Amino acid sequence: MNAVELAFALLGAVAVGAGALVVTTNRIVHAALWLAVSLGAVAGMFLLLTAELLAWVQVLIYVGAVVVLVLFALMLTRAPIGPTPSAPAGRLAVAGAVAAGTAVVLLAALLGTLGVERLELSTTTDGAREFGTALFSGWVLPFEVLSVLLLAALVGAIVLSKGRRGEDGR
Amino acid sequence: MTEILEVLLRVVGVLAAFLLLPLLVGQTEHKVMAHMQGRVGPMYAGGFHGFAQLVADGVKFAQKEDVLPARADRAVFRLAPAVALVPYLVALAFVPLAPGLVGVDVDAGLLVVLAVMGVGVLGALMGGWASGNKYALLGGLRTAAQLMAYELPFVLTAASVAMAAGTLSLPGIVEAWQPWWLLWQGLGAGVFFVAGLAELQRPPFDMPVADSEIIFGAFTEYTGLRFAFFLLAEYAGIVLLCALTAVLFLGGWHGPVEDALGWLWTLLKTLALAVLVIWLRVAYPRLREDQLQRLAWQWLVPLALVQLGLTGVVALA
Repeated sequence: MNAVELAFALLGAVAVGAGALVVTTNRIVHAALWLAVSLGAVAGMFLLLTAELLAWVQVLIYVGAVVVLVLFALMLTRAPIGPTPSAPAGRLAVAGAVAAGTAVVLLAALLGTLGVERLELSTTTDGAREFGTALFSGWVLPFEVLSVLLLAALVGAIVLSKGRRGEDGR
Repeated sequence: MTEILEVLLRVVGVLAAFLLLPLLVGQTEHKVMAHMQGRVGPMYAGGFHGFAQLVADGVKFAQKEDVLPARADRAVFRLAPAVALVPYLVALAFVPLAPGLVGVDVDAGLLVVLAVMGVGVLGALMGGWASGNKYALLGGLRTAAQLMAYELPFVLTAASVAMAAGTLSLPGIVEAWQPWWLLWQGLGAGVFFVAGLAELQRPPFDMPVADSEIIFGAFTEYTGLRFAFFLLAEYAGIVLLCALTAVLFLGGWHGPVEDALGWLWTLLKTLALAVLVIWLRVAYPRLREDQLQRLAWQWLVPLALVQLGLTGVVALA
């Protein structure tokens, strides 16, 4: 095991550990902050796999924007300092069952792809160009489908924020 | 051995720049603002025109009691100043002064700096929430709202320069820069600088720390060294924003005798922009929250998109 593999394993442990804390801590803002740690560790793993561009986009979008958005929403609604009461046992059981089911499906899909073949890491210095070329030639259809999805979300947000007709007396 | 020595030299260089430049900007702010308002500013500390005022301030901060509010979330409260300060130190390592004169040279330097700057804002949010204080929470909320509004034009205009230069590397962008880009990317430069000011919460965009309404926003409960760290983060942010604007839009080390004096031109451009930041603080009153949001969404975002379109058309033509 060389230094890169060791660092990768450590970052993986950090990502999984922080991820576990996100769902087990009973302080809701701490959960959001642990999420930032977990996503940052994943960015570090991208970096070790020489996917520089992906790593920094991960930090820019997820740590810098998504977590800030989550914190903003929490502060705007309800974010007491100190523990919040746990959900009722029935709901916990349902949530646990859904999580376990998702984990089984994901593991079944992932374990099949595990192999013993070793891939050499690409040492190209022009990762951004390669990334862009691949994204806008081979993967342009998923990319455009995603933009339609985001557009739908945007329209939905506008509809929701305008409220129902006559509700606010206008 | 020489490799280790070189790395060590670079680390020391970045650390020295990080400790000296914000103090230089702070002292300049003291003096320039004073003279703009018909005062003389600090005159006694250190003897010559009060040059050691900020050193004296630092000693004062170090002596103050470190107060921890009873209702605060202790761990997050203590961690917040570090989260606010360290990203700027990391980002500064990626900004080049002259060819080869950079802490770390990476392929996607521009993206690294933008990404790391975004993380720093988490510090203010953490401090605002963990203080257990309504004013601090309001300050944190305003910080978050402001960041989300201004991050978009900030990143879009940076992307415009990267498109024009055809690279994400900061030295590469300066190499590709030509004087007529001042015209071509001028709109983007203005949007970038204004959005950057708003992200740093500098006046006139200092709604999140508006002292006449919410005391000092997210930093209300902080004292002593932790408070000093937040202040240092603000000034390090000014240095970073000005250096980044100089490198991206003003041609960095391009100037007369640039082989020998390149680093000086970058520093001078950075300092000139820092004086502009101070001037804006003196000249303009604080924007109201709705004015802030309107400026971002109705002016800066469309202007940034226009710049992006213009860059694309000219670059392809």
